[in-house]
Amino acid sequence: MEKSYYNPKDLKKFGDIADFEPKLAEKFFDYYGEVFKEGALTAREKSLIALAVAHTEMCPYCIDAYTEDALSKGISEAQMMEAVHVGAAIKSGATLVHGVQMMNKVKKQSM
Amino acid sequence: MIKSLKASGNKLAMIENQLKVLAGEPFKTELPTFVEKLKPLNQFPLKPNKLEIFQINLGYMCNQVCKHCHVDAGPDRKEIMTKEHLVRCIEILKVNKIPTVDLTGGAPEMNPLFRWFVEELSKIGVQEIIVRSNLTIIQANKKHYDLPEFFKKHNVHVVSSLPYYQAGKTDAQRGDGVFAKSIKALQELNAVGYGLEGSDLKLDLVYNPNGAFLPSDQGELENEFKKNLKKDFDIDFHNLFAITNIPISRFLDYLVASDNYEEYMEKLVMAFNPAAVDGVMCKNTISVDWDGYMYDCDFNQMLDMKVADKSAQHINDFDLEKLAARTILINQHCYGCTAGAGSSCQGTVA
Repeated sequence: MEKSYYNPKDLKKFGDIADFEPKLAEKFFDYYGEVFKEGALTAREKSLIALAVAHTEMCPYCIDAYTEDALSKGISEAQMMEAVHVGAAIKSGATLVHGVQMMNKVKKQSM
Repeated sequence: MIKSLKASGNKLAMIENQLKVLAGEPFKTELPTFVEKLKPLNQFPLKPNKLEIFQINLGYMCNQVCKHCHVDAGPDRKEIMTKEHLVRCIEILKVNKIPTVDLTGGAPEMNPLFRWFVEELSKIGVQEIIVRSNLTIIQANKKHYDLPEFFKKHNVHVVSSLPYYQAGKTDAQRGDGVFAKSIKALQELNAVGYGLEGSDLKLDLVYNPNGAFLPSDQGELENEFKKNLKKDFDIDFHNLFAITNIPISRFLDYLVASDNYEEYMEKLVMAFNPAAVDGVMCKNTISVDWDGYMYDCDFNQMLDMKVADKSAQHINDFDLEKLAARTILINQHCYGCTAGAGSSCQGTVA
């Protein structure tokens, strides 16, 4: 058994998920490839969205992959960090907006 | 200013040590060698197409010491091409009608015979004269201030490195203050008509990644550079060439010192694109060093891998037929030219 849940080398083995279930893997990778093609959004915009989501999902593989993707696309460090802040703002906003639910409950149950 | 590998006594200044790194892991056990990649494609041995570009290195002296430089150029490098060799190059070009002459260095303008040589090339009617200018040379000394006008007079195609459209990354790679000077030089080139839409005065920029990663889509990068250089500095240029950093010399030193070497080589191998093999620059280029020896490309020059035919390795023994029949020498660094969309002195190739 591995001593760590995450091994950076596993990222290169992502395609191996097809070994256990090829059909679904093929559909997933086709879909994945299609999503990241230039469309209504540019490939740069998609890369920044992916980088922000990689952080909110706290996926170390995705952070590695999309940091490098952003670098290779010539995206600046400032742009990358702003994208991470967007993710962080949504994440914290999502936490805080639930405060209203807490307040509603407090108000309903308090004299 | 950092020193060249040679001046700092770095062990990678010795070419045999670079070749040792390239011959070691990950190619001993994990990854296929470049030869093994070419064999199933029937591309081994690699043979040249028609010679179209005569690339001449006028000397390794440079006013900059860039971190990634594959030439290990710098102010301390004294290797410089002599008049005797320059005259021989002109004789070769007169007889063989090679359409493009590509002048590189170091800073080619630092060769005292640079202007004379360009004038001579102009006189014999070379179709295209490319100068790989580092831009800052234009402001390095009063005697270079009129280079934009000189380039214009001889319709020189100017190709200049600019790894980013902002100061931080550019200066990190090329030295403090290089970005500001490069911008000024580009504005001066624009002022005499270089790089403008519809202008015959060609000004192209070269992008290379600022670290251990590969360049992305050339067209997309070009759009970003054009948008930002226009917005921030009112600069125009024609094309952006995205070039992959080749794992030799100072970039190899960086890869090894930063523990990125094996991972970078793996990236190059994983990104190997069979379609890029036909467009690699060694197929249509001969690279000449300051001492008159010939190589399949600039990178082979830096690894002292002279053209294979020992009877025609020097410009004094130039023989077009022998060059056409030669086998191109390859090593693991060649993966740099076949990764992704490929890489050459003219950018992507596939």
